[in-house]
Amino acid sequence: MYSPVQPMHIPDGFLSTLVSIVFWVISIVVLGYALKRVGKDLGERQMPLMGVLAAAIFAGQMLNFSVAGGTSGHLLGATLATILLGPWAAMIVMTSVASIQALIFQDGGLLALGANLFNMAVIGVMVSYFTYTSVQKLARGKAWGIFTGGALAAWTSIVIASLAAALQLALSGTSPANIAVPAMGGIHMIIGLGEGLITFGALAFLYATRRDLFHVGEAAPKGSKAIWVGGLAIAALLAVLSPLASTHPDGLEWVAGQKGFLEAARAPLYNLVPNYVFPGISNGSLATIVAGIIGVVLVFAVALGVAYLRRGRKRSK
Amino acid sequence: MHIHFLDPYRPLTSPIHALDARIKFVLTVAFILTASLTPNAAWPVYILLLAVVLSVEILSGLGIGYVLKRAVLALPFALAALPVIFTIKGQMLFSLPIGSWIFTASVEGLERFVSVAFKSWLSIQAAIVLAASTQFPELLQAMRAVGIPRLLVGMFGLMWRYLFVLVDEALRLMRARTARSGHSGEAGKRSGGSVAWRARMTGGLAGNLFLRAFERSDRIYVAMLSRGYDGEVRTLPLPPFTSLNWVSLAAGLVLLTLLLLFGIFFWG
Repeated sequence: MYSPVQPMHIPDGFLSTLVSIVFWVISIVVLGYALKRVGKDLGERQMPLMGVLAAAIFAGQMLNFSVAGGTSGHLLGATLATILLGPWAAMIVMTSVASIQALIFQDGGLLALGANLFNMAVIGVMVSYFTYTSVQKLARGKAWGIFTGGALAAWTSIVIASLAAALQLALSGTSPANIAVPAMGGIHMIIGLGEGLITFGALAFLYATRRDLFHVGEAAPKGSKAIWVGGLAIAALLAVLSPLASTHPDGLEWVAGQKGFLEAARAPLYNLVPNYVFPGISNGSLATIVAGIIGVVLVFAVALGVAYLRRGRKRSK
Repeated sequence: MHIHFLDPYRPLTSPIHALDARIKFVLTVAFILTASLTPNAAWPVYILLLAVVLSVEILSGLGIGYVLKRAVLALPFALAALPVIFTIKGQMLFSLPIGSWIFTASVEGLERFVSVAFKSWLSIQAAIVLAASTQFPELLQAMRAVGIPRLLVGMFGLMWRYLFVLVDEALRLMRARTARSGHSGEAGKRSGGSVAWRARMTGGLAGNLFLRAFERSDRIYVAMLSRGYDGEVRTLPLPPFTSLNWVSLAAGLVLLTLLLLFGIFFWG
């Protein structure tokens, strides 16, 4: 069974509800705008192209090469999509890839998808775009700007996205910042090397065979300045914020403490039914036993019911 | 139809398979949300949620074994939460001296870790049942029904349609690479150049895959154009949502809400 377990895809359960919902809102706003731009700017020709490229990125993640000790490097593709399709379309393509991975292959959670989309589709594309276009400008349209720019963009976007994932985990109280940030960042600095080299190879190949795909000298799509600035801001913010958070984990705990509104919203609920209203069950261990018994009965009843149904169906055949 | 090894859908006849995809989609998300909102260390609620998801697994005919085997996938991520055992302060459980460092585990930390791992395990089981008991076109319909933009749903559909084609393409590229590369069985003799070289060649494969995707999308576009495509994503109207559907949806939501309230009252 194909299972590209990537440390960047956060499963459900690891993010607090509040963090999940906040990142859902951010992702919906950004991706909603990207969707509008794509619907407006791109011709009808783009739709099949984006769909097939999303499938190609998914399939491209199967292309791997052995590194050492049984580990292997493989492609994530946000940078390639950004360079070939432009930032807005790339966001939608990466959204499709990450959503299908979560929905069908359980690679990343459903409630956590908002945060994963933010890391892979928003950060991945924005930081890629910022790095790539900046190197392009420095190279003044020379070919090496495409390759090094692409490789550098791939590495940077992966490392920055992993820092974001680490901070999301820390904000959720799932993983302390002083461990999560260096661990996630460190692993992805290495994973990013593989991604950078693959991106380099892919761009070199495409440049040699289909130079027209690079749209050299074409006007940048509308709103790309905002993406450039956004990419710069995210990269700068996370590059500064995460070392700070990992050396001062208390600061992050303070932020986590400020999010008390969920708890505050819950408080009136407790007052509705104080513990002593249900004598006996307020005892924790007894409740566990009762729940266990109910659970076993429930499962047993279902199993029995299914067996009975099956028998009935067989007989009627 | 070409049955691909990647497709998680298992064609069976069961009440869960027969259930409207919209109900399954909403209830799966609601289940995961319930697990997420349940306070830490509310063990009885976790047990009841597990009973619910195990019951659904049995009802679906997929079998507990099948789902649990796939659910192992999310396990490695639990490593990320492991440090909280030692970093959350509380009642001392045990201490682990490693070199000059001493790590002290706390009961609160352990509770947090087990809660996170348990919630994650519950959630992934629900997601597996959804994917294994619902055909993809039905899932697309469900997504459209809950208000996901049409353009995005259209993209999901297009991506799904060509996913298997391009995965086969990628596997062919890899097979060709293996066939054309020398490999020495002799111990200590590595083949295939340096890591950087191998990575760059893999990049060549990826570029090749993208190029083929580009060319294929051109053909697809022309084919769509020749059949009346004008840039608009058109869809069939959704099938009616019957009153029986409403009842099942409401029953599921009420059950989950009750479990959640149970957890919040006693452990919140």
